[in-house]
Amino acid sequence: MKINWYKYASPANFYRVAGKLVLVFGVPAAILFMLGLYVGFFVAPTDFQQGDAYRIIFIHVPAAWMGMMLYILMATYAGIGWAFNARLASMMATAISPTGAMFTFLSLATGSLWGKPTWGTWWVWDARMTSTLILLFLYIGFISLQASIDDPRRADRAGAVLALVGVINVPIIYFSVQWWNTLHQGATIRLLNKPTMAPPMLAAMFIMLGACWLYSVAVVLLRLRCIILEREHEAGRPILMNTKGVQLSRVELT
Amino acid sequence: MNWTEFFSMGGYAFYVWGSYLIALLLLGGEVLALRQRKKSLAARVNNSGPGQSEQS
Repeated sequence: MKINWYKYASPANFYRVAGKLVLVFGVPAAILFMLGLYVGFFVAPTDFQQGDAYRIIFIHVPAAWMGMMLYILMATYAGIGWAFNARLASMMATAISPTGAMFTFLSLATGSLWGKPTWGTWWVWDARMTSTLILLFLYIGFISLQASIDDPRRADRAGAVLALVGVINVPIIYFSVQWWNTLHQGATIRLLNKPTMAPPMLAAMFIMLGACWLYSVAVVLLRLRCIILEREHEAGRPILMNTKGVQLSRVELT
Repeated sequence: MNWTEFFSMGGYAFYVWGSYLIALLLLGGEVLALRQRKKSLAARVNNSGPGQSEQS
């Protein structure tokens, strides 16, 4: 079977595909969230040092990773959209940004709720937390910069510059616990070392990470559809939908 | 298993459940907001018939 992949680079065609993919990713996301929480709360044992407070890790660490990975993904799409003048890639970057910001905020909020009982403080200006706060500001900067420019392609380009410059912050967050003496603990999971966590704890964390990934794909595709619809409509290339707002076809239009 | 013990989270109930409550509100809120956005968008797009762009 031969598939013409270039076909899907057109926003109108991708709109239809994305609609089907939302559930393909959304339903497994919900299942993995439930499984991850089950393992995290009923299988993983109580930590001998932190008691049950450590269970925040199952949402905190996946949220922090998503914040960083979605930023890299957003910057990559923004860069592709800028370099190759690909509208759909730029729209993808715009669609990723609110979800990335949400996860970054979630990592800061849950980190704060974890810091209070274990460190005795909601917040310290240590390298890891400060650089994560900067990541949140980069997301907010990207979103507000794009919102402030009327012409969508100019907004895409301006956002791409900001997103690409900001990428430097991601390795800073990642290595901050090694480069500086931080209150935040070092990495529990390293590529080449054996993890220092009990297997059920580790499993719960990775299941939750998988759930967060699937959730992100579903939500980003949902948002991408809205963006495609808005932009194509405003550009005078309306994509027709039926009354339920589900099905669309370019053929119906012409 | 003892549910009272489970919900008390060894005295860390506020922090643990607080974290997951925030997560639920953020993720759920994002999905609901997107549904709303799509709904109002669909109404707008469908009302301004084919081929004609909206007056802004």
